Amino acid sequence: MRWRRLTRNRLSFVALCVILAVTLASLLAPWLAPYDPDNPDAEATLVSVSLRHPLGTDGYGRDQLSRLIHAGRVDLLVALSATAIALTLGSALGAGAGYRGGWVDQLVMRGVDAVMAFPAFILAMAITAALGNSIANVVAAIAITHVPIYTRLIRGEMLRVREAEYADAARTVGNRPHQIVLYHLLPNCVPPLVVQATLAMGFAILTVAALSFIGLGIQPPQSEWGQMTAEGAGYVVSGEWWLVLFPGFAIMLTVLAFNLVGDTLRDLLDPRMRGVR
Amino acid sequence: MTDLLEVRDLTVHFDTEDGLVEAVDGVTFTVSAGEILGVVGESGSGKSVTALALLRLIRPPGRIVQGAVRFEGTDLVGLSEDEMRAVRGTRIAMVFQSPRTALNPVLTVGRQISRLFELHQGASRAEGRARTIEMLKLVGISEPERRARQYAHQLSGGMCQRVMIAMALATSPRLLLADEPTTGLDVSIAAQILDLLRDLGRRTGASILLITHDLGVVAEVCDRVAVMHAGQIVEVGAVRAIFARPRHPYTQALVRSIPRIDREGTMEPIPGTVPSLLAPPPGCRYADRCPRVLDVCRRDRPALRASTPNHDVACHAVEVEDATARG
Amino acid sequence: MGFGRYVLQRLLLVIPTLFGVTLIAFTLTYLLPGNPALVKAGALATPEHVAEIERRMGLDRPVPVQYWRYVTGFLRGDLGESSSTGRPVLEDFRQRIPATLELTLASLLVALGIGVPFGVLSAVHRDTVLDHVSRLLGVGGVAMPSFWTGLLLLYVFFYLLGVAPAPLGRIAADVPPPTRILGLYVVDALLTANGPALVSSLHHLMLPALTLGFAVMAPLTRMVRATMLEILESEYVTAAWAAGLPRRRVIYGDALRNALIPVITLLGVIVGFLMAGNVVVEMVFAWPGLGHYAVTSLMTKDPGPIQSFVLFVAVMYVFVNLVVDLLYGLADPRIRLR
Repeated sequence: MRWRRLTRNRLSFVALCVILAVTLASLLAPWLAPYDPDNPDAEATLVSVSLRHPLGTDGYGRDQLSRLIHAGRVDLLVALSATAIALTLGSALGAGAGYRGGWVDQLVMRGVDAVMAFPAFILAMAITAALGNSIANVVAAIAITHVPIYTRLIRGEMLRVREAEYADAARTVGNRPHQIVLYHLLPNCVPPLVVQATLAMGFAILTVAALSFIGLGIQPPQSEWGQMTAEGAGYVVSGEWWLVLFPGFAIMLTVLAFNLVGDTLRDLLDPRMRGVR
Repeated sequence: MTDLLEVRDLTVHFDTEDGLVEAVDGVTFTVSAGEILGVVGESGSGKSVTALALLRLIRPPGRIVQGAVRFEGTDLVGLSEDEMRAVRGTRIAMVFQSPRTALNPVLTVGRQISRLFELHQGASRAEGRARTIEMLKLVGISEPERRARQYAHQLSGGMCQRVMIAMALATSPRLLLADEPTTGLDVSIAAQILDLLRDLGRRTGASILLITHDLGVVAEVCDRVAVMHAGQIVEVGAVRAIFARPRHPYTQALVRSIPRIDREGTMEPIPGTVPSLLAPPPGCRYADRCPRVLDVCRRDRPALRASTPNHDVACHAVEVEDATARG
Repeated sequence: MGFGRYVLQRLLLVIPTLFGVTLIAFTLTYLLPGNPALVKAGALATPEHVAEIERRMGLDRPVPVQYWRYVTGFLRGDLGESSSTGRPVLEDFRQRIPATLELTLASLLVALGIGVPFGVLSAVHRDTVLDHVSRLLGVGGVAMPSFWTGLLLLYVFFYLLGVAPAPLGRIAADVPPPTRILGLYVVDALLTANGPALVSSLHHLMLPALTLGFAVMAPLTRMVRATMLEILESEYVTAAWAAGLPRRRVIYGDALRNALIPVITLLGVIVGFLMAGNVVVEMVFAWPGLGHYAVTSLMTKDPGPIQSFVLFVAVMYVFVNLVVDLLYGLADPRIRLR
């Protein structure tokens, strides 16, 4: 029973290491990748896992390991940017709605409801289609679908804390509203925000991968894990399994790592949110 | 007359994430046919666990470490699960603490009773329904046909408690375990429930083990009372005797702490708190709170011995006192 | 009367949500690249002709008017036209919805049929091997992209084992589809006692349904497990046991019945996941449904279908959630009989 708690922490420690490793690999991609990811090699097309090409090559002879490492940059970049933007925007909206109340609150919450009325991926698809296929637009699309989560979270905290005594005390002492918000109310929100953002990273990666898989967003020759899987999809029926296995596995591993860390953070930082293990 | 229930040395431990909790330790008491035994103590003293242990309802991480529970001559601890199931609800029944949460929210209260008739007495649906109505009338629920079709959330707390009692007494058990049956109820409703229990007990001849933290309830309804502290029985005897002459320091403190309308004086809470059952002290568990503590108290656990006939006390100081009195 | 209020409340909430949904869908539509008038006129049309069509389609009107025409058009059934198929989008929808519906239902069956028992058993036999496996699958399953799962399944069951068909559609090329009653091949084949069509369509439905079902199973299993664990600790379960009811009956009767109620609320979310997952899975298996249609229209820069697709999905989702809310209210006597 006690060791259950330890293994949980060990597991998330491993997960944290995975995240660090992936991040590091992405940052050091140009130096880490053994080959140029865009360099075709007509002599070595569709080579399976081997010493020269640990993850094989594709139909153009491009080394998959190098492509994988470079692709990771895009996935992480997109996920990170989208999450950061959504967090900032969502928190601002939620803080405003929660603090002001009245029609501002109603308007924001109806907007949130409307956005959440779409299945997130469908909305991201539609936004990317509307804005055009580029990394920036994918980031925007994912960010928009994530904003409601943070808005609701911060608004909830705001409503809870707005009536609290220390807010009143701060007001009487003469603090102006935005000071109260920044120094007294927001610090309370940090733990659940961190948890939510970590978990959202996983969703963001899955979304950008799925968008690229169906051909939206990230366009070749820029490699991205989902897009690599799409390229490899055609080869599955003829038996070239490595083109699909490794990029998909990279996605799963990274998302899993974020989820595990997020779960552990939730247990540690906010016992209120603790579910049954 | 032979005792209906004889509990000897019952010990229950819980293997929790934080360690081994010795919830019930060496508990010994008896219940005679037709009598009402009160089990009184602070929360966390192990009263409920004891009752659950009698019905072998202790689930992992808890387990009955040792002890014997002789009921109508048979040791329940040694029975198989199937044999035990035949005892539950038929020969021994239990009424639980918070009436609303002890009833299934998605079944009508009538169904919860009638299915027991079907299960234990092989009654048909119609028979079960009829007997259920009878039972509801017996426990004083008006419009029993209508009430039987309702759900727990539609009934008041007092009515839920009556339903629970009806469920428990459905098959005329010999022993009824009532775990805090009046906690959370209005004072007037609580009084009604107690009267009901006592009446039904007398009418059916069943014995009642009444668990409560309220000495007032004990005084009102019980014939004998066992006082529990930190998982152990510290004093057992007739209610009159215990209230008139409490021997164990804990019992004395409990009796003293009852606010009396006819006496002047400040309220006297008992100092300290129940010791943690995670790593209980080796000697007497009341030692740290006891005004009469001796050296031996911290070393040796006092055994439950008869101080006067039908009045058992587990206390070194009392032992010394008795020895001195005998000369 | 309490339940009536509950229903009314839910219905009223739907209205502003629908309004917001149409606004968002319209905004996206408005921003979509591609000129629908150009599409309609054809590549060889003269600029005057295109302008004429624009006027007729109301594309030169102010935005609020366009919005109004958009919404009323949708309600009327005018969903625009597809340049790739040359037909009204409504027609294409009608043709394609059964495929998506069949896949969605089959996946739901898979998810419920495997996910719920798994969650229940996991809770009942807590901390055993079964529990750990189930939780592992749950945690892993959420992290696995559905397209990857599908492709891996294809590799193993089609390429390696040869038991699954090639991802070429709903039924084998040489088997004529069953007479269309509902458009659900399996159901139609059953209803018309069409053996070969039944076998073939089931065969083709297998992998896509497993893929999509597995993708949504994870959150379901987790919730069932958590709810079940909570309920197993509750007092009425102990009380039922104390009354002499056999343990199995208490668990799989009393406890389970209570546990399934909150799971109903999860159904709405699951259907949302299913709708989204449909798009990807239909692409992997070349399943000719709505999702496939939407993606291919996007690829060919055909704006008509995607507008309506997005709105359609959102409106469906809103109504599914409404139905789920009402079902939940019916199932829980605490709400049904306030």
